Amino acid sequence: MNTLDTQSFSSLLNIAYLLSAILFIFGLKGLTHPKTAIRGNLLGALGMAIATITCLFDQNIVSFQGIIIGIGIGTLIGIICAVKIQMTGMPQLVATFNGLGGAASALIALGEFFGKTSTNATLSVPVLIAIIFSAYIGTVTLWGSLLAFGKLQGLVRDRNIPGLPVINLLLTIGVLVLGTMLVITPTTSIMLALIGAATLIGVLFVLPIGGADMPVVIALLNALSGLAASTTGFVLSNNILIIAGSLVGASGLILTFIMCKAMNRSLANVLFAGTQSSQNNIDSDDVYQGKITETSAEEVAMLLDGVQQVLIVPGYGLAVAQAQHNVRDLANCLEKNDVNVEYGIHPVAGRMPGHMNVLLAEADIPYEKLIEMDTINTRMEAVDVAIIIGANDVVNPFANTDPNSPIAGMPIIDVSKARTIVVIKRSLSPGFAGIPNPLFAADNTLMFFGDGKKALVELVAAVKDQ
Amino acid sequence: MEILIASFTVFVLSVFIGFEIIQKVPPTLHTPLMSGSNAISGIAIIGALLVSGGNYTPWSNYLGIAAVIMATINLVGGFLVTHRMLSMFKKRK
Repeated sequence: MNTLDTQSFSSLLNIAYLLSAILFIFGLKGLTHPKTAIRGNLLGALGMAIATITCLFDQNIVSFQGIIIGIGIGTLIGIICAVKIQMTGMPQLVATFNGLGGAASALIALGEFFGKTSTNATLSVPVLIAIIFSAYIGTVTLWGSLLAFGKLQGLVRDRNIPGLPVINLLLTIGVLVLGTMLVITPTTSIMLALIGAATLIGVLFVLPIGGADMPVVIALLNALSGLAASTTGFVLSNNILIIAGSLVGASGLILTFIMCKAMNRSLANVLFAGTQSSQNNIDSDDVYQGKITETSAEEVAMLLDGVQQVLIVPGYGLAVAQAQHNVRDLANCLEKNDVNVEYGIHPVAGRMPGHMNVLLAEADIPYEKLIEMDTINTRMEAVDVAIIIGANDVVNPFANTDPNSPIAGMPIIDVSKARTIVVIKRSLSPGFAGIPNPLFAADNTLMFFGDGKKALVELVAAVKDQ
Repeated sequence: MEILIASFTVFVLSVFIGFEIIQKVPPTLHTPLMSGSNAISGIAIIGALLVSGGNYTPWSNYLGIAAVIMATINLVGGFLVTHRMLSMFKKRK
């Protein structure tokens, strides 16, 4: 091909990329409305297919063997993950995918770096800077996501590391110094040192963050994985990477702020305050002693007989117990008796934004029944029985009453105004925030101790027996 | 340097578009939006393809192939699982 042809061919590729960028924009927009969400996702996938196929025509690609193997393996694993995953495991899957996206971006930056430095090709300063950013953000995303996965899976515990701010400051200075050195003398050893520092930062950034803050972390890692992809676009001067990456970055950031707002905390507070529960120990005996009323399935079934309005408040415990189908069974039983059953959903209930909605949808619970926190709080007086399943901190009145509490100021689902409250819970052990819950000791609260699933099965049987 | 400015322009404008199109998201869609947008971050596959099939050293190509595998898992798995989730929402309408 002569020069002119090469140029017009490359324009053609760029037009195809533009098309896929437009599809990504429509896709993301579609994903924000219930009616258009499925189409939005498909448009996004179409955009991705167009971008990928277009790229294969790029004349810089000289060998296809590795590409075919790579796409084959990746597709297979991707399909298996997507089909096998249970909705309870969605936070882990999203964390893993975020990590893979970050890792891919870091590897691209490293491939470009080693490829250019070992052949003595010149790397311009802007490209070098882009490579450094890409490698850094990608690595932080990868290790942050791995840590988040470990925490979600219960493999890694929350840890308060003494002197963490100082360590992080030193590491950040180290990264800046190493980055500057790399721009001046791009050598392999300095690059590896930078990757090492980025790894430590990624680990240390998620390690101290409490389990209750997981929705924020997941959303933030989502934003970072987009940003990482965007920086590889700077490395390769490729607009589609920049556009798609920054769209994802923006959407991740928006979700991050929605989650922060739902906890009435700033992002900085979530990231740097760590788990402070140990600092203000409220003795759980003072709260609970002699004030806990235990109940049984039969008693709750009697209570539910003849009521009009039942509110179910699910929390992460519901997900752990895999009890979403049993909740639906209970609701079906009650609805047969002309009880109106609704669900109060706290925005940060669970381990990821929207976690409860997905779980309940899996059990065929229509989403009109899922009521947002602010709406349900205004009509709590009309609720005859509120059933709390595996939720704790999101219904803890200390958020409103104790300004020293780690959850102070967090909006809660204020079930205390309901006529009777039934709490299904394994024990009186505290939630992620590590504090006792005075709701459990309230006069109108009955504690139904047991595994969420087992308790619900018993309850459904008892309701049917009546 | 000029290329950098051009790239940066595209970057800033895209971020603005992102903020504009994702204004209000109902909580039901928080998870699908996250996994769907996460799948779009699989766009890293473009970079991975260019590095894995490009005229570099073998080692760079290997890194590229690893990146292709990861980005493909990210995008194939991401779009599929999002579709699965959204279909669940639709079932009972």
